[in-house]
Amino acid sequence: MSVDLVIVGAGPAGMAAAVEAAEHGLSVTVLDDQPEPGGQIYRGIERAGPELTAILGEEYEAGRELAADFRSARIDYLPNSAVWRLDAGARIAFSREGSASTVSARRVLIATGAMERPMPIPGAERPGVMGAGAAQVLLKASGLVPAGRIVLAGSGPLLLLVGCQLLDAGAEVAAVLETTAGGDYLDAAPTLPRALAGWRDLARGVAMKRRLRRAGVAFRSGVRGLAATGQSVRFDGGEIACDLLLLHEGVVPQTHLSRQAGLAHRWRPEQRHWAPVADALGRTAEETLLVAGDAGGIAGARAASLSGRVAARLAAGVDPGRLIAALDRERAMRPLLDRLFRPHTALPADEALVCRCESVTAGDIRQAVRDGAMGPNQLKAFARVGMGPCQGRMCGLAAAEVIASERGLPVEEVGSFRIRPPVKPVTLGELASMEGEAADAEAL
Amino acid sequence: MFRRLPERKASVTIEIDGEPVSTAPGDSVAAAMLAAGIAVFRHAPVDGGLRGPWCAMGVCFECLVEIDGEPNRQACMTPVREGLRVARRTDGSEPGR
Ligand SMILES: Cc1cc2nc3c(=O)[nH]c(=O)nc-3n(C[C@H](O)[C@H](O)[C@H](O)COP(=O)(O)OP(=O)(O)OC[C@H]3O[C@@H](n4cnc5c(N)ncnc54)[C@H](O)[C@@H]3O)c2cc1C
Ligand code: FES
Repeated sequence: MSVDLVIVGAGPAGMAAAVEAAEHGLSVTVLDDQPEPGGQIYRGIERAGPELTAILGEEYEAGRELAADFRSARIDYLPNSAVWRLDAGARIAFSREGSASTVSARRVLIATGAMERPMPIPGAERPGVMGAGAAQVLLKASGLVPAGRIVLAGSGPLLLLVGCQLLDAGAEVAAVLETTAGGDYLDAAPTLPRALAGWRDLARGVAMKRRLRRAGVAFRSGVRGLAATGQSVRFDGGEIACDLLLLHEGVVPQTHLSRQAGLAHRWRPEQRHWAPVADALGRTAEETLLVAGDAGGIAGARAASLSGRVAARLAAGVDPGRLIAALDRERAMRPLLDRLFRPHTALPADEALVCRCESVTAGDIRQAVRDGAMGPNQLKAFARVGMGPCQGRMCGLAAAEVIASERGLPVEEVGSFRIRPPVKPVTLGELASMEGEAADAEAL
Repeated sequence: MFRRLPERKASVTIEIDGEPVSTAPGDSVAAAMLAAGIAVFRHAPVDGGLRGPWCAMGVCFECLVEIDGEPNRQACMTPVREGLRVARRTDGSEPGR
């Protein structure tokens, strides 16, 4: 099978790209590993009833129209399809409902979005501790609301947003522990000039904080020494009992597919994450591969759908025109937000599990560095870090930062894990189903 | 541990560790398990510690369970389906359901 454009991911970036590309007459296949379109921000939007949309608000509701346009576009949409291999030659291997297939394209758009930055505090791996975004996923997809006392800890706009949404869902939010001193900036926000790029997001941050405070949620900022016990959260100078601890320190691009495809990645110190090297329109060093949305660097849902449309027009050989200016405006908001919500730089405590799959602590990694591990790839040999089923998704960032600090080097010099296919789990049964495509051995 | 918004109606029955559990269409297996009050999904293979879902979106691999006889499937990435069978890889020592 061969098409003009394969899009990986059906979040705002992938959905908007698909609609735009189809309008320009391209044959489009969209592969997404979720059962329905929406990506992270609009997850479950098609099934959301009035109760859920009342909780999640207008921003979520905005996804309904995009999802409807996506559904009615002349495209081939394959849900439940996990892409596990991508070649620069624009050949893709994926698994869907128990069988694996390949598809070729003239162009591939990587729109795999973001994941929450893992926050390796001691005890974070215990049941009763989750990502704040994970709680939001459960709310969006299944209407689940945590019962019992909840504490949120970390930083970033999504931490406050999830706190407010859980309150609106009737949950008991006991406290928000902010690791940034950023709370103080937020308090000063109303005095900043309204013309400032990002002012609106800032004002929203202030409103969310006020809402939480009014509901009686305790706030602390500049919190250090976080640790989860399973029944409580401890920090320097205190401890709060809770049934569920939700951690969040911003979101970072999902780079496994772009890395596996061989694209170069750049460390972005202001956001403390890696992103594929691409120009402002999403063009990479490989002519066949484009990137859009948060997969290319965190810029939020509006920028994601704009960048998806820009990439679709490039793939169709059409001038993106005014979309470029709109995208630039959207991205201009980021620097301020990045500064305000920059995840704090304290490195994980020695006893914190950095690699959950292989149960390797930050202390073990520091020891491995003393023993001679120079970078993440050597850590695999020294301490099995990154060798487990998550393939380094949970430990990659923290491991690189720990090594960099131990060696007194910038993170970009320490580097990151080499990523090999398959980037998502493939079963033997799925591989067996590829036989006849004459691709099985070669595809791996 | 979790309650469900009234607008979500349970109409799918799956089996968790041999017991029938009713869940809502659109649930992942992980959501169905959490809604049924199950926080512990497995033991960590290296240190034996108790683990459960962290990301709910397919990146952490902490939600691995046996699904329809196949071990190590991501519960958060598997949609529920009538009659689906889940078995946890635990030794029964974890705090109750
Ligand atoms: C858990 C979470 C919750 C969030 N909630 C909000 C929110 O409420 N409000 C907000 O403004 N922002 C939120 N964000 C930020 C979010 O990144 C952006 O708002 C927006 O969703 C980005 O859009 P996107 O299209 O770039 O990617 P996404 O929306 O992330 O979509 C990417 C899609 O690609 C799929 N995918 C990834 N890899 C593969 C693969 N290998 N094979 C097949 N499919 C794949 C993913 O499952 C997903 O469906 C959230 C982020 C996370 C991680
Ligand atoms: S909960 Fe993280 S992979 Fe399933």
